[in-house]
Amino acid sequence: MTTAVTNIRVEDKLYQNRYVVDSGRPHIRVRPHEWPSVNLYALTSVCPAKCYELNDQGQVEIIADGCMECGTCRILCEASGDIEWNYPRGGFGVLFKFG
Amino acid sequence: MTEEKFDVIVIGAGMAGNAAAYTMASRGMKVLQLERGEYPGSKNVQGAIMYADMLEKIMPDFRDDAPLERHLVEQRFWMMDDTSHIGMQYRSDDFNESRPNRYTVIRAQFDKWFSRKVREAGATLLCETTATELVRDPKGKVIGVRTDRAGEAILADVVVLAEGVNGLLGTRAGLRDTPKPETVALAVKEMHFLPEEVIDQRFGLKANEGCVIEAAGTITRNMAGLAFLYTNKESISIGIGCLVSEFAVTMESPYDLLERFKNHPSVKPLIAGSEVKEYAAHLIPEGGYKAIPPLFGHGWVVVGDAAQLNNAVHREGSNLAMTSGRIAGEAIAQIKNRKKPMIKENLSLYKSMLEQSFVIKDLRKYKDMPALLHTNSRNFFTTYPKLLSQAAQSFMRVDSTPKLDKERAATAAFIKARSRLGLVSDAVRLALAWR
Repeated sequence: MTTAVTNIRVEDKLYQNRYVVDSGRPHIRVRPHEWPSVNLYALTSVCPAKCYELNDQGQVEIIADGCMECGTCRILCEASGDIEWNYPRGGFGVLFKFG
Repeated sequence: MTEEKFDVIVIGAGMAGNAAAYTMASRGMKVLQLERGEYPGSKNVQGAIMYADMLEKIMPDFRDDAPLERHLVEQRFWMMDDTSHIGMQYRSDDFNESRPNRYTVIRAQFDKWFSRKVREAGATLLCETTATELVRDPKGKVIGVRTDRAGEAILADVVVLAEGVNGLLGTRAGLRDTPKPETVALAVKEMHFLPEEVIDQRFGLKANEGCVIEAAGTITRNMAGLAFLYTNKESISIGIGCLVSEFAVTMESPYDLLERFKNHPSVKPLIAGSEVKEYAAHLIPEGGYKAIPPLFGHGWVVVGDAAQLNNAVHREGSNLAMTSGRIAGEAIAQIKNRKKPMIKENLSLYKSMLEQSFVIKDLRKYKDMPALLHTNSRNFFTTYPKLLSQAAQSFMRVDSTPKLDKERAATAAFIKARSRLGLVSDAVRLALAWR
């Protein structure tokens, strides 16, 4: 176990979940930036749904479709203004079957 | 509906919201409950263990039809390094009683059931409705909420904020702060399905008996955190969580931690061959007593995770949520019966009643624990588990080394890693925080 670096794809995990995506109305937005702050950059690893990724120009982008609405990114980045955070509209977003 | 005025609006249909709504509806109050999910439980995540005593105080006969998975007869605590674990284990047939004390549950199912009871008691539930804003009168008293549905605000004498750890309504209204990265843990969890008899066999269980494993050590990679494995009837809930502040520094991926835990030689055989059906993530309030926000104000009270009411030391959350919801409901019903207004002075009854309960007493007992574990995470979560494991292995391997030499080597390893002063200091600080 010490040597085996796990190479799991979080997409495969999210595929098990049920979502009702509110098309065209993302509930989280990343504010435009030249360089990401330390916490914003951290989201590229820390987000449990891997919603945040670095683009070719070195900026952090979000695709919130797989979001599990945990709020980790809000706790780390909302106060500094890096992101704009809301819950999805009622009925949309992740729907846990077991929870 | 918009013309109607309610006695109370409860935000959220989790443990705290359902307990509050049930308590007030069954006392004849006109209760509206708002839930942003498609059904109660669809946004809720927990390990999950449910404590019978706290639910019995709300609904004495819940065992008749509540969806319970297994009652717990065994608890294990593991200190892990990369290849081994040293454990404490308690198992008792006394837990096979007619009214068992703790059960595993599946929250989406349990919350649906609890919510049905709330509606049977007379509350009105509105799902797929996100409350977006508190409405106040010119004096600043909360008198209702706006939602993301079209139409006017919905009015009530008092609002119960049972909106969970990441509740937006109370924080956006400035009633409490957004949780800090140091006071919340991020936990991820998977549901692994296996035939009932396979679970029985692997954990040495029969009938509806259940087992809990909680584990700390190198599995959290120098971060303060805990992993868990709970047996349900035909599934195993397995997860791991660490403080958000530490994730942000280490840049560890939570799903990577979970994969490593699942692949640990002590864990892998327990879930081998299972079918994974869900992956979930959730924040857990970890700040303890010192992180509790103001609990009441003009026209509002806050309960459960939204009020940071979680006992991280004993991993108890849902019982604090249920109890705070019940007590808030009882306090509000009392104020209404006395025909008093739902203003701050009167709603302080909720806080004084909560202080008489185990909820605040337990949290006060461990008020220094979060700071200790946070500043000392490397020692408690990495150094000590490794040392204990090495010492255990040395004693189990029977070779020609005299036992006295083994004892000396183990002691020397502890002193080398932490120094005598460090060991004493950790022990003293732990004892003080536990007191």
